[in-house]
Amino acid sequence: MTNLWQHIFEPGLFTYPFLIHAWISASAVAIISPLIGFFVNLRGESFVAHAVPRGAFAGAAAAFLVGANSILGLSVFALAMALSMGFMRRHSQNGVITALTLVMALGLGDLFLTIGNTYAPEVFALLFGQLLGVSASETMAITVLSVVLVIVVGIVFRPLLLSSTVPEFAAARGVSLTAMNLTFAVLVALDASLTVPVVGALLAFSLMIGPAAAGGYLAKSPWGAMGYAIAVALGSVWIAIIIGYDTSLPIGFLVASLSLVAYVVARLIHMARKTRRFKRYVSPL
Amino acid sequence: MHWFQHLIAPGFFQSTEVQVALIIGSAVAITSAVVGVFVILRGQAFLGHALGDVGSTGAAGAALVGIQAIWGFLTGGLVAGTAVDILSRRSREREVTTGVVLSAMLGLSALFIYLITQVSSTTGVTQEILFGSIFAVNRHLVVPMMGLSCVALFLIAFIYRPLLLSTISLETAQSRGVRVRLVSLIFLFAMTMAVEQSALVMGALLSTALLIGPAATAIRHTRRLGYTMLMAAGLALLDTWLGIMLAYNSFYWPPTGRGWPVSFFIVTVMVLSYILSQLIPQPQSKRAQ
Repeated sequence: MTNLWQHIFEPGLFTYPFLIHAWISASAVAIISPLIGFFVNLRGESFVAHAVPRGAFAGAAAAFLVGANSILGLSVFALAMALSMGFMRRHSQNGVITALTLVMALGLGDLFLTIGNTYAPEVFALLFGQLLGVSASETMAITVLSVVLVIVVGIVFRPLLLSSTVPEFAAARGVSLTAMNLTFAVLVALDASLTVPVVGALLAFSLMIGPAAAGGYLAKSPWGAMGYAIAVALGSVWIAIIIGYDTSLPIGFLVASLSLVAYVVARLIHMARKTRRFKRYVSPL
Repeated sequence: MHWFQHLIAPGFFQSTEVQVALIIGSAVAITSAVVGVFVILRGQAFLGHALGDVGSTGAAGAALVGIQAIWGFLTGGLVAGTAVDILSRRSREREVTTGVVLSAMLGLSALFIYLITQVSSTTGVTQEILFGSIFAVNRHLVVPMMGLSCVALFLIAFIYRPLLLSTISLETAQSRGVRVRLVSLIFLFAMTMAVEQSALVMGALLSTALLIGPAATAIRHTRRLGYTMLMAAGLALLDTWLGIMLAYNSFYWPPTGRGWPVSFFIVTVMVLSYILSQLIPQPQSKRAQ
């Protein structure tokens, strides 16, 4: 029996410094991403959630070119993209602005990578994440920023929820929709700059969308949905770290698969519940 | 003639790579622009973008088993597109299900690329799939690419009226007896072909550009759908040709002398033309007064 445990929890899983950093930063990211993801799904803006971290990748390439900190480049690009999407939201039809902003950022990223004339492993690590390579200072920064982000979400929770579900009503209650759009954009951007170094640009949004969607199927209240979503996200990254450490499979793949499984299970449960309710309703006849 | 040499660097039309790039680029541009008009009208920009991404998963898989990338792109796109279509019964769910399927496929792509690096030490595959280069397209692909373009355009022509009707009003289409789900599935196939082709040429990350940009500009400035498609196709062609020309010229530009990426030029020209077109006032609607 002890053998089995040792096989699952390989030695060093909780003691190596780089793994401790991984545990902390992954947990922080797994708590904030579903919080933001809840609003992303509520507003039907998966595309924005996908585009911002992806385009921010170009920022890392730019930073690499001029020799700046890649996280800084990431944040600058993420903020610029999110703000331009937030401002032009009114003129946009059906994700056109999002798509155009994204391709422009990616085109620049392509240019920076080509001009840099190097195969930059550091930049490509940002595509797929480098959870096991997060440094102590990065862990610190990620943790602090996550706490800040959670507090901000707590403050804007009610107006943001209202403006995301019933915009007309929110406007009538004196909530500025433009301000809320921009707040949402900034939240997505901050979340992206925290998540990308950990799980990578390609999958930063899998932590936002999957768990939050699963939570939406399971719970009946916004708080419940967020709770379920955070639980799913935490479970996914924790299991992913353990399996990833045992097998050296890419973390991004594991996180994405686990949150897909959670989504499918949640949807099945939701369907089963609906059928049962329907039967209860029909049976007196 | 001096200025002309600056505009088009010597040897432009003689180079085989340029000829292939011009032919394939034109086919891709026209198909993407025409399909793109419907993509925007139907509000499927995210799906269109996602198809390019999931295609890259297929391409990574193809690289792993050693078949041509284009077939990998197509398979990835068709599988994921069908999955999204099945999962999103109600339109409200579409954004989220697209996101979930996309993230699952991206995860798979991370796995494939990891396996590729385990099997061989080629590191360039990632960059190639994600960014691509029109000058590196194999000459033998001209015929299959043309074929794909024709099939995609034929599909659009085939379902043109029911597609238009169900795009404008789903309820009207249903009450007229249009099989809405079948039409949307056929459109999905056409869209997949257009996107995957462009993903091969422009790179998976940028395949969205030709799909959305020209169509978005054209929709703003035309009133009849036929003209919209014509204008979109024209703009896309112009973008692509300019992009190829500038990229060819850029071999002589600083800092490296190995050329700037074509995709960068195409995207820049496209986004600039979209922004410029926003400044021009829209044509007045006759009914709007």
